[in-house]
Amino acid sequence: MSRLSDHNVILAKEIIARYPKQKSALIPLVHLSQEQNGYVTEDAMRHIADMIDVTPAEVYGTASFYEMFRFEPTGKYLINVCGTLSCSLMGADSLMHHAEQTLGIKAGATTDDGLITLQHAECQAACTEAPTLQVNYRHRYRVTHESFDQLVDDLRSGALDTEIPPHGTLGRNRQQIPADRAVAVQAPEDVTTGPAWIQVSPA
Amino acid sequence: MTSGTDEVPEDADVLEEVEADVLEDVAADEREEGEELEEIEPPDSNAVVINMNGKDVVARKGETVIAAALRNDEYIPHFCYHPRMSPVGMCRQCMVEIEGPRGPMMVVSCMTPVAEDQVVRTATDEVKRAQEGMIELLLANHPLDCPVCDKGGECPLQDQAFSHGPGESRYVEQKRHYEKPIPISDLVYLDRERCILCDRCTRFADEVAGDPLIHFISRGNNTQVMTFPDEPFVSYFSGNVVQICPVGALTAKPYRFKARPWDLSQRESTCTTCSVGCRTVIQSSRDELLRYQGVDSDPVNWGWLCDRGRFNFEAINSDHRLTTPMIKTEAGLVETSWRGALDAAAGLINDALAGGGAESIALLGGARGTNEDAFAWARLADAIGTPNRDAQLGDGLPAEILGLDRATIDEAANASTIVLLGPDLKEELPVLYLRLRDAAEKGRSRILEFSATDSGMTPYAWKSIRHEPGTQHNAVVSALADSDIAEQLAKGDVVVVAGRSNLADSADVTVAALQKLLAGVQGAKVLPALRRGNVVGALSLGLAPADADHDGLAILQAAADGKIEVLILLGADPLNDCPDADLARRAFAGARRIIAVDTFACESTQHADVVFAAAAYGEKAGTTTNLEGRVSTVGQQVTATGTSRPDWMIAIELGLKIGDRSFGSDHPLRGVSTVDDLTDMIANTVTGFAGLSSSTLVQQTDGVLIESPSTSLPEVSFAEAGRVSYDYRLVVSRKLYDRAVGTQMSRSLTNLASASVAYVHPLDLDGLGVAEGDDVKIVSAKAATILPIRPDSAVPRGILWSPFNQGSGNIEDIIDWRSATTDVRIERV
Repeated sequence: MSRLSDHNVILAKEIIARYPKQKSALIPLVHLSQEQNGYVTEDAMRHIADMIDVTPAEVYGTASFYEMFRFEPTGKYLINVCGTLSCSLMGADSLMHHAEQTLGIKAGATTDDGLITLQHAECQAACTEAPTLQVNYRHRYRVTHESFDQLVDDLRSGALDTEIPPHGTLGRNRQQIPADRAVAVQAPEDVTTGPAWIQVSPA
Repeated sequence: MTSGTDEVPEDADVLEEVEADVLEDVAADEREEGEELEEIEPPDSNAVVINMNGKDVVARKGETVIAAALRNDEYIPHFCYHPRMSPVGMCRQCMVEIEGPRGPMMVVSCMTPVAEDQVVRTATDEVKRAQEGMIELLLANHPLDCPVCDKGGECPLQDQAFSHGPGESRYVEQKRHYEKPIPISDLVYLDRERCILCDRCTRFADEVAGDPLIHFISRGNNTQVMTFPDEPFVSYFSGNVVQICPVGALTAKPYRFKARPWDLSQRESTCTTCSVGCRTVIQSSRDELLRYQGVDSDPVNWGWLCDRGRFNFEAINSDHRLTTPMIKTEAGLVETSWRGALDAAAGLINDALAGGGAESIALLGGARGTNEDAFAWARLADAIGTPNRDAQLGDGLPAEILGLDRATIDEAANASTIVLLGPDLKEELPVLYLRLRDAAEKGRSRILEFSATDSGMTPYAWKSIRHEPGTQHNAVVSALADSDIAEQLAKGDVVVVAGRSNLADSADVTVAALQKLLAGVQGAKVLPALRRGNVVGALSLGLAPADADHDGLAILQAAADGKIEVLILLGADPLNDCPDADLARRAFAGARRIIAVDTFACESTQHADVVFAAAAYGEKAGTTTNLEGRVSTVGQQVTATGTSRPDWMIAIELGLKIGDRSFGSDHPLRGVSTVDDLTDMIANTVTGFAGLSSSTLVQQTDGVLIESPSTSLPEVSFAEAGRVSYDYRLVVSRKLYDRAVGTQMSRSLTNLASASVAYVHPLDLDGLGVAEGDDVKIVSAKAATILPIRPDSAVPRGILWSPFNQGSGNIEDIIDWRSATTDVRIERV
C-alpha cells in the first residue's frame, strides 16, 4: 500500500523543482511520505525512486541512516521515553515499566488501536527536568506515573489534538515560495556568474 | 613495508596469491597498481617529487599518497582503496605519517593527495600502532570463520591481519550476528558478518556498473550492505563485486566451496565470449576449470568482466560436451574414431570436389575459435579453392568495416564525441559499455546515440536520437544538419561505434547510415561492434567472404537452392544464430552433406553427417583478436574433454586426408606440429600480423594491435518500404543471456535468459485491447508467430521489440533476410 497520494505527488513535483538535481529532493520526499502514512512504506520508497530517477535501494539506504524515519507501522503518537543517565537516576526504568503496563505493550510496539507507539530513547537534552519523554518529539518534563496516565488519557480523548499533530507531520504551515522570489534553479557546475541573491525588500 | 617479505600480502583485486611462480609470470598486481595511467616521461609538468621513507619518489600531480606508494613498491595496507574507483577513506587501514606544519600527522593515504616535497613515512612505530589498532577494530565483529570461508588463503583481511595486525585482540564481547549467507542475486551471496563495510561493492555498483541496487542500509553498529527488499542485485557485472571484496562477505554461487585458493593453478588468458577481449586468469584444480577472474588490462577491461564471461566456464565442464567424433549412420549419429570421422569427411569433400567443384563447398563460422583455428581452416578453404566462407551468419556487418580507419577502445573512451550506431552495448559488449559509460560519466566524451529503442547507454547519452527502424541513414542526415550536433562534431576527435542494432533490418541499412555519417564527419574513426569472440581475427585471417555473393546469407541461400554439396560448420549454429531462421532450416534441408566442428551437440550438429568434437576455451592455447584488432594470448589450462581436439588440428588432419586436392606435398601446413608454429606462420605470412610471433605475444600481456588493409564500405541500395497495412515495425536485438550454448550449458546462467516476449509501448498495448502477458499473433509479410506481449516504455510507439534467440516463440521465423525492414501486424488470439 501507500504510494504517495495524488495531492502529495503534486507537492512532490513542486519540491523536486526546487533543486537543480532532482536527486537532492530525496529526503524532503521521504518526509512527505512519512507525513502521509506515519511511517515510510516500501511502496512509497519505490514511488520516490521513480520520481527522482534513483533506485529504491538508494532511497532506503539514505532514509534508513536517519533515526527519525520509521519503516514500520507507527502509531499516531510516538512516545520516546528517555533512559539516559539523569532520567535513569530519576526513575526512567520505573516510568517505562509503568508505561508498558498502562498501554499493555512492550517498548518498541504499537497499541492495537494504532494510536500509540512506545520506544526507548537516548538523552533528550533536558536533564534538569528528568525524567522526560517526548510525544511526537514534543517534550514532557518531570513525568510521573500519574502525569503519564493523564497524558495517555488526553491523547486518547483528543484534548491534545491542537498541540500535538499526528506522527510524521512536519509543520502545520508548508512553505510556499512563489516562482518570482525563488532563486533560479541552476546546477552547481552550470553556474558561471556570481551568486544570486534573494530580493528582501524593494530598493 | 614490513621486512618479512613472505608475509607481505598481495592485493587480491586482480589475482589472488595462488602460486608464487605463476604470480610472477602474470605480474598482474604490479600492473593493477602501476599502469593505471601512462608512464611518465621525464621531464613532466605532472611529476611531483615526494619523500617516502627517506627516498625521493616521483608521483603524479593529483594522485593520492597510497597510489604513489604502491607504484613505487612501498606497500601500505588497505581494504577500501581500489585504483579504478574513487577513494572514500572507509576502512582507515592505510594510515601513514606525513610531516605537517605542526609536526608529523597521521592521515589516511588514500584520501591525501601528493604535494611537492611532502615527507611521508609508512612504517614508523606510530604508523604500525595505528594500523594494528585498525585491524583490531575491523576484526572486532569479523567472525574469523576462515576455515570454512571461500576467501581464506587469498583474503586481504587474513593476509593483512598477519602482516599488519596486533596478533591478539582485546575484545571478548559477543560479536555481531546476522543470518548468513543470504542471496542478493541469482549469482551472489552476501555474508554480512564477514563484511568490513569498505564500500567497494557499493561503489562498484554505483560508479562503475551504474546499477546502484546495493547500498549501505541503517547506520552505526547496524550498518550493512543490503538490497531493497525484494529487489535483488540484478546486474550484468555482479561477479566483479565478488572479486573486489577484500573479505569473504560476497561469494559467487558457481565457485562457492569448490576449491581452496592454494589448490588452484592458473594461467593468464583472454576471454572470447564476446569480442571485447577482456584479460582474465583461468583457474583450475584437479584439471577442472573452477573460476575466471578479471585482470586489469589498461587498454581493455580495467579488471572488470561481465557475468556471462565470468561464469560460463561451467559450460566447459558440462556433461553434455561432445567427447568423440560422430558419424551419421542409419541409426542416427553414432560415435566413431577420429580416423573414421576424418576419412568420412575427406571422402565427402573429395566427392563434392569431383561432383560439383570447389564452389559446392562452403564454410560457415570460425569466429568462436582462436586465430590459429581460423587461419588453418582458411588455408584449407584456400587449398580446396572455395570462395564460400563467412565467419558471420548474416547477423553482423560486411567485413570491409575492418578496413576503415579503426579506433581502439582507449581512443573511443577518450574521444570528444562517441557516436553509437549499433547494438545495445550493455547487452552485447558489456565491458565496452563500462568503458564508454565511464567516458560519459567522467565528462571526457559526449555520446550521440542513434537507436530505435532505449538502450542501456541511453541514460548516459548527450543526445539519443530515436529513429524508425530501417531509416537510420535519414536520421543521420538530419542529425548532421542540426546546429548543436554539427558544432559538437566539428570539435573533431569523433569515434563511431558501428554494429547491427536490429537483426530484423538488413545490414545494408546500417552500412548506409555509416556511410552517410563518415561522409559528413571528416576524420571520424570507427570501432566495429561485431559481437562474436574472435570475429575480427577470423575475418582478418581468411574467413571473410570475397564479396556479398559469397557471404553467410548467400551461402545459406545457395544451400537452400541445392547448390551446396558440403556445408562445413565451424562452431556455427545457423539454426539459432541466423536472423532468418526459415532460411537456415531450408539451407539444412538443401545442403547434401554437413560437416560440423563443435564443442556441444546443438541443433545444427543434429543434422550433420560428420561431427568433430572440438576442444573448448581453456582447453587449447593460441591467440585471439578483439574488436579493436588487439591480438592477445589464450591459454590452455586443462586437458581437452574426451578425445576432442583443437579446430586447427582438425583442419590440418582433414587437409592431409583430402590429399592432393588440398594440401599438396609442399603445403606449408604439412610442417605444423604445434599451435606456436601456426602463430609464427601467421606472423610471417599475414600482412598486419607481422611480428606477432608466439614469443612476442607471451611478453605482451596487454596484446598488440594489428593493422588491417584499408578498404571502403560496399555500395548498398535497398528499397525504403513505406508502411502499408502493417502497424508495427520490428526490432530484434540480442540480450546478454540468450539460448547460446555457452550460456545454456552453464548451470548458473541458464535461468537468467529471458523468455521470448514481444514488447510494445504501454499505450500501444492499451490500444490493442489485450492484457499484459496475453498471447498475440505477430504476422509479417512472410510468416506468423505467437508470443506473449508486454508493455515496455523503452519501446517507442509503433515499434515491436523482441529479444533474439530466446527459444520457444521464435521471432526469427518471421524475419525475411531479403527485405530491408520487417513490418508486422499484431492480432489477438
